[in-house]
Amino acid sequence: MTTDTLTLARYHLLTPAGLDEDDLHRMLACLLGHAIDAGDVYFQQRRTESWSLEDRHVKNASRAIQQGAGVRAISGEKTGFAYSDELVMPALLEAATAARAIAQQGGEGQFQVWQTAPRVPLYEPLDPLDTLTAEAKVQLLEKLDAEARQQDPRVTQVMVSLAAVQDTILIAGSDGTLAGDVRPLVRVNVSVIVEQEGRREQGGSGGGGRVGYGWFLDEDRALGYAREAVRLALINLEAVPAPAGTMTVVLGPGWPGILLHEAIGHGLEGDFNRKGTSAFTGRIGERVASPLCTVVDDGTLAHRRGSLNIDDEGTPTQCTTLIERGILKGYLQDKLNARLMNTAPTGNGRRESYAHLPLPRMTNTYMMPGEHDPAEVIASVERGLYAVNFGGGQVDITSGKFVFSASEAYLIENGRVTRPVKGATLIGNGPDVLTKVSMVGNDLKLDAGVGTCGKDGQSVPVGVGQPTLKIEALTVGGTQA
Amino acid sequence: MPAITTRPTAPLPPREQLENLVAGILAEARAQGATATEAAVSFGSALSVTVRLGEVETLEHHRQRGLGVTVYIGQSRGSASTADWRPEAIRDTVQSACAIARHTAKDSCAGLADPERLAKDIPDLDLYHPWPLAAEDAIALARVCEAAALALDPRIRNSEGGSIATHTGLVLYGNSQGFCGGYPATHHSLSCSVIAGDEAGMQRNHWYTVARDWNDLETPVAVGQKAGQRALRRLGSRRLTTRQVPVLFAPELARGLIGHFVGAIRGGALYRKSSFLLDRLGTLVFPDFVTIRERPHWPKALGSAPFDNEGVATADRDLVAGGVLQGYVLDSYSARRLGMETTGNAGGTHNLIVEPGPLDHEALLRQLDRGLWVTELMGHGINLVTGDYSRGASGFWVENGQIQYPVHEITIAGNLNTLFKGIVAVGSDVDVRGGIRCGSLLLERMTVAGE
Repeated sequence: MTTDTLTLARYHLLTPAGLDEDDLHRMLACLLGHAIDAGDVYFQQRRTESWSLEDRHVKNASRAIQQGAGVRAISGEKTGFAYSDELVMPALLEAATAARAIAQQGGEGQFQVWQTAPRVPLYEPLDPLDTLTAEAKVQLLEKLDAEARQQDPRVTQVMVSLAAVQDTILIAGSDGTLAGDVRPLVRVNVSVIVEQEGRREQGGSGGGGRVGYGWFLDEDRALGYAREAVRLALINLEAVPAPAGTMTVVLGPGWPGILLHEAIGHGLEGDFNRKGTSAFTGRIGERVASPLCTVVDDGTLAHRRGSLNIDDEGTPTQCTTLIERGILKGYLQDKLNARLMNTAPTGNGRRESYAHLPLPRMTNTYMMPGEHDPAEVIASVERGLYAVNFGGGQVDITSGKFVFSASEAYLIENGRVTRPVKGATLIGNGPDVLTKVSMVGNDLKLDAGVGTCGKDGQSVPVGVGQPTLKIEALTVGGTQA
Repeated sequence: MPAITTRPTAPLPPREQLENLVAGILAEARAQGATATEAAVSFGSALSVTVRLGEVETLEHHRQRGLGVTVYIGQSRGSASTADWRPEAIRDTVQSACAIARHTAKDSCAGLADPERLAKDIPDLDLYHPWPLAAEDAIALARVCEAAALALDPRIRNSEGGSIATHTGLVLYGNSQGFCGGYPATHHSLSCSVIAGDEAGMQRNHWYTVARDWNDLETPVAVGQKAGQRALRRLGSRRLTTRQVPVLFAPELARGLIGHFVGAIRGGALYRKSSFLLDRLGTLVFPDFVTIRERPHWPKALGSAPFDNEGVATADRDLVAGGVLQGYVLDSYSARRLGMETTGNAGGTHNLIVEPGPLDHEALLRQLDRGLWVTELMGHGINLVTGDYSRGASGFWVENGQIQYPVHEITIAGNLNTLFKGIVAVGSDVDVRGGIRCGSLLLERMTVAGE
């Protein structure tokens, strides 16, 4: 696979608008002509579609195209930003003029010659929207509906959705960055309602990645989501009220890695640490986890939802060690915060779209496997909670308090998993929750490709993962005091 | 120092231009074989500024266009959208929507709103108050706001900044039954977020004000001081042991509880039978002193709208009277699914007013006596199918009606069905910063999980 994504991006973004590299120079010159340290222009075209099924039929679908360019000018810690959804030179120069107004003085911005850094692509620059015909998309959704319904007669409602995005981006920066990427992303979700003796419960499952729709058909992958959604809903029918209080919690592998995203990841983003607003500020080199814990953020995993060839500032993504055997090692950086902290960017500068400013963000965040058989981990707990599926989470990076909500959990009694319990929110303190990790399983698993992270009103796709983990004390927010 | 000179927010395009766009979309759809069509065209422009520790951090100019179309070919439906207003883009967008409609299944409930429900007269609700705010003035106001927080106490050690944003927009909706309506609206906000610190750690908090008319905003100094006070009062937060106690929700969080109620009586949740409030019309959902009114035509209010997202006229009504559920929140589609009439709520509710009770905050604390006053919530642990509710919380422990100390790293849990019925009092301290206006809510009992 050697398709040059920069060439593709040029072809899709610049050529139709009649723009070339001289125009990029003119835009950057316009930005820099006003005592600005650095500036960049981000061109983007986003094509999306979604199809949804309910009552056994596909009744709704939509397509959308968004395109535009965001222009950023940086002077010290100040950022000026403007964008245009018209890719024509006068509108782009107007945006550059608005963005550069941030600078009042100072700045020695100099334009560098273009540097492009080719890399082996992590995903094909395909258009996922066209990887199945409309008839085949409808058929796939109907097949998932049938699969869910045939699992159990208690299934009363099935809702299935299928969505794809193709993002084509091109970044030109005053530091000489000239980079492009074509990013496919697909997603399928199945959610069901089951009913038994008047009690209703829901279950949901899904997955996706930077691939074409064909991936869902491989090994009946998508049928698996339908079965999993029903399994979860049926378990919820049996669930008893969750316990309340602080107890030993065993987290299953994969998606429960949302723990790492909330408790650790956000607090290590460069902007919060430069500003000194994170509970992890100034703690590099300190112990923040048990020696069993090594946590990384890795944007280079092939075809993963959280992966990127380059970040939204043109920096190649990498695998950054956040915690190594319990010691805090590093932060996640974009260019602005890396420069202000005298360090290198880590390929974590991400933005929701051309209409948003880049921020340090996670990619795929996960914990390395340990030595224990997961069965041993559960067997070691006399009384506790075993939580294997979660909904969303949230963190206050300043106080370090974080939550994440279990959607499938069981009691552990005398070393055995017993009754399912209702969903409950778990709460802890980021800087010390991993110091309470006493066992790490050998079963590292990444999530199925469903995560979306929100920060400052911007959403970006991310991944998480972990092996089975035993946390000696975590607060479980059930109703049974 | 040379001034920062930039344009204010971009001017709105002339209304005729948007009307012509809508007409062009409808004509294109008809030409491409659609039997019915609805279209919306929008333009928005904003300026936002953040000042941190006295220095400008970001200055952003936003200018966004949108165009969306839904076509019906018989009883099949397809939608598409774009930000591109050129005729060729409109043609392609309509073509995408029609292509989809040729693959989606027939749905006897699909279609435009009933013509007799479309708004005939469109009242001026006084929603448009552009703020001629130059960037340097925005910076100065944000700076004053943040400075007021920083000056409050030496323990306010850090800041995420003072921010100001002003937004102007125009949306036009039209359909092939001849309806075309739209109106300009503005939205301005001022906010501040600061960090207080002591030997025990850091606590962050914020405050904001938002209004259609910038003259109705709280002053920058008031916003900064409230943000500072709210951060300071969290210092020294402790945990609680696990217990079951009465809980007082601050007004800005009480709004969220009412929001969950609305989520459970929305047409989509009802016809999918995925709500804990199924078949509850005409029954007691709240105690008899709770009344919730919808008032879509209040001048200047944040949730006001003369018509909904399908052009259906909005009207005053009581959603809950004497604790009894009087109606649902329906658009045309969900109404047809339920065999009912639309309630003019395509796109959501328009100013829900929970009738305030007689007690102010102090009196509510006295009535709470011994329990938890919740001032912040975290996470998404709300299940609208079952009503199960479990969220992270912070706030204050109260004994003898007096605040004792701040608490954090706890959860509160219960079931919304029981929690709604267990409302003991609605406060007079109404928070007006949103489409749901509610005072504090005192709940009889929740499980608090902690140490």
